[in-house]
Amino acid sequence: MLLEVSNLAVDLMGTAGAQRIVSGGTFALDEGESLGVVGESGSGKTMTALALMGLTPENARVSGSIRFEGRELTGLREEAMLALRGDRIAMIFQEPMTALNPLHRVGAQVAEPLVLHRGMTREAAFDRAVQLLDHVRLADPERAARAYPFALSGGERQRAMIAMAIGCSPRLVIADEPTTALDVTVQARILALIDGLRAESGMALMLVSHDLAVVAGHCDRVIVMYAGLIMESGPVEVVLREPKNPYTRALLEARPQPGASRGRRLRTIPGSPPIHHEIGAGCPFAGRCDLTIDICRTTPPPEVRFSADRLSRCHRAREMGSLNMRTGA
Amino acid sequence: MSAGGLWRPRVSFSLWAGAILALMLLLAAAVSFVWTPYPPAAIDIPHKLASPSLAHLFGTDDLGRDVASQLLTGSRISILVGLVAVGIGLVFGIVLGLIASFSGGWIEDAVMRLSDFVFAFPALLSAIMLTSTYGPGVINAIIAIGVLYVPIIAKVTRATANGVLAREYALAARAAGRGPLSIAFDHVLPNIAPALIVQATIQFAGAILAEAALSYLGLGAQPPQASWGRMLAEAQNVLYNAPSLAIYPGAAIALSVLGLNLLGDGLRDALDPKLKARS
Amino acid sequence: MSEAPLLEVVDLVKTYRLPRTSPFTPHGRRPALAGVSFSIVAGHSSGIVGESGSGKSTLARIALALDKPDSGAVRLEGRSLFDLPHHELRALRAHMQMIFQDPYGSLDPRQRVERIVAEPLAALGAAGRAERSARVAASLEAVGLRASDASKYPHEFSGGQRQRIAIARALITRPKLVVADEPVSALDVSVQAQALNLMSDLQQQAGVTFLLISHDLAVVAHICETTAVMYRGRIVEIGPTEELFGAPAHPYTRELVDATPRFDRPTRVAPAAEGRNGLETTGCPYAARCAFAQSRCLKEAPDLEDLAGRARRAACWFPLT
Repeated sequence: MLLEVSNLAVDLMGTAGAQRIVSGGTFALDEGESLGVVGESGSGKTMTALALMGLTPENARVSGSIRFEGRELTGLREEAMLALRGDRIAMIFQEPMTALNPLHRVGAQVAEPLVLHRGMTREAAFDRAVQLLDHVRLADPERAARAYPFALSGGERQRAMIAMAIGCSPRLVIADEPTTALDVTVQARILALIDGLRAESGMALMLVSHDLAVVAGHCDRVIVMYAGLIMESGPVEVVLREPKNPYTRALLEARPQPGASRGRRLRTIPGSPPIHHEIGAGCPFAGRCDLTIDICRTTPPPEVRFSADRLSRCHRAREMGSLNMRTGA
Repeated sequence: MSAGGLWRPRVSFSLWAGAILALMLLLAAAVSFVWTPYPPAAIDIPHKLASPSLAHLFGTDDLGRDVASQLLTGSRISILVGLVAVGIGLVFGIVLGLIASFSGGWIEDAVMRLSDFVFAFPALLSAIMLTSTYGPGVINAIIAIGVLYVPIIAKVTRATANGVLAREYALAARAAGRGPLSIAFDHVLPNIAPALIVQATIQFAGAILAEAALSYLGLGAQPPQASWGRMLAEAQNVLYNAPSLAIYPGAAIALSVLGLNLLGDGLRDALDPKLKARS
Repeated sequence: MSEAPLLEVVDLVKTYRLPRTSPFTPHGRRPALAGVSFSIVAGHSSGIVGESGSGKSTLARIALALDKPDSGAVRLEGRSLFDLPHHELRALRAHMQMIFQDPYGSLDPRQRVERIVAEPLAALGAAGRAERSARVAASLEAVGLRASDASKYPHEFSGGQRQRIAIARALITRPKLVVADEPVSALDVSVQAQALNLMSDLQQQAGVTFLLISHDLAVVAHICETTAVMYRGRIVEIGPTEELFGAPAHPYTRELVDATPRFDRPTRVAPAAEGRNGLETTGCPYAARCAFAQSRCLKEAPDLEDLAGRARRAACWFPLT
């Protein structure tokens, strides 16, 4: 296994004491595999990604185990993490405008990891950066390398970010909402580019997104997160066809589908995602969930394992196939 | 990871310290109306340059006037100048800033270039020019300082108002059919008030300083009016015999200015809704 | 009921002035709308889709007379908005309201919900205090909030609830037309459905007609009978939503449909038009990106024309079948 995460927890220290943002995060990722992490705002999906990169905010405390290439990353010293970051593990951020330094040329920024991790000279690295920009199919890579970030369009900037991420041939790329700020047509091109790069280099991908449909088309396996918990995980097509967690099912039915008839009532999920301090003793989805029974409010949901890589965190996971949910509200 | 993350006070130290110092300034002025140890302008040559004692808490000056009484009374002028000058700046500055922000186009450009023009003159130098042209005195000093505040407030108003007008709720108000005036009063002013309050507090400190400087040069408060700036100027004559005479008004000015600046900084943090939402 | 369509937009042109790059160069100009016309019949909601820079948000603002076009006209029930005297336009606003994208930015953080929702009434100067409160309460309840929420401030609500407050504000004058600019894009998936169902209900029960602007085809398809696809300030295709997305005639519509993420297949990428990137032509604005472009497309710009045998209009020399 390239990456094995077990019992990952992230606590944020604040005025009101510690808040658990991520808890019990257990998942694994193999060479060349792509894992989708889906969740709404506050689900802890971004914090999970940052924890893998060792980039959690200063007031966060990470516990549990993150093993990458057989090496334990939690508790690793910052210097050791620096050597990994941008080399073995790379990250692509949502907003390339803020992730790129506006004052430096794009080419120099793409070259930066090569200078840091490969000991290349600035000139050699810059030439390599031009090749990388060409590799991510930026039109006129020479010009793009010499340009400043503001001169590129959103899609071009994201391509530059990707070029920067793949420069050192990382084994794992973490992409946090890489296409959320982009138009759908550009999104499709960027996702296809990432697919292609993955196929050719065998790197593993962790794609964090709020959109289950994006993950559906571009990942082998999926993790669905809610309020810091992994509610369900498994192979994408199995999870989509036969969700074993009411939250996943609700997400599938809440989104209008292209081609569905107009005005058809969408399944609604009452209320809104809980804020961390509102989560009580039981299941965080209790109350919003149609299948809520007494135990859901009092006891944390158990992990129910259906097969080696299929898991649902729900008191009623085993009944899911036979239970029909109310439609509409 | 540090303990600093756990303890984040809502009310900052600067807000407390600033508020206490500013309150002391107000209190001094209030007390001076009902009681001073001696009439502040009462000359008592036999007791001139007395050292601090129970009879004269801060001693007397070269004409035998009680320093403590003068310090108390002098705070009035500082507050008067601060209030009225900042008031002038606020009234005209807000109106000009709002006009610029709402009209946009060449009117906005004109107002802003006019502000730049006024800005181009060093504030104190302009005040000196104005008071020496129209004659020294508190009223002229106030007007001179106030006029210089107009462009400052106008700039702050325009910048923050433009920020509010760019928000969707301002657009929503227009979509609802509201006119510019009612949008200005209902949406813009309440939302830019924090920025203006902070600015006004800091300008208040500036006004105290400017008044002291003008009075020191003999262009502000005239005798027998007690003023910290004038006390400083008079102390200069006997600086080698009684250096403490310069220190008292100097400290009063410094503490007031420091207090108001701290208050402004503290208010800036306390009134910022972004910071409030996080705590 | 008058015979005129509810909303009629005629040949709108709008160009934005860009900041000068140096004091000696003239202002640059960026066309936002290059001749847009369409009309909406009462009771038949319409959608506009397109990518950023297509001019769809500019169109929304001009349709509500929040911005002036360089030329062209907007008519609400036959009355031309830009020819009306000020006070009449203000009165007419009761019939056309707007819902914005950002539920955080569209509510004044320093006002209570009561005042926010009552704003369109206050602008009309209509209704006394008691009636205003009653209508605010009714409007809040119509969008699934409680009447008692009127005394709270926006920050006490979640994103989805805030969007309901914004919808309540738009509804309080019982408008005929509501322009909604990306009304659910900022909401979480689980909350989006509530807002979309609410909009469906309003169409059926309150007789509201929507002009819905969105980049999300699925959202538009859920609400709108007719859809227009915009590209660089022009409508490139317009027709009944289901057929439009089911069998696009314009290559750009097809690119949009293919690119939309779905559960049942990966997104598809239109074949790249190699070597024509950034090409400026006098012809079709989409030609530089179009995989089907031929030499005629680079020379002449096609007009929006009826397609034979289909309830559809498209601006393409070689429409897809």
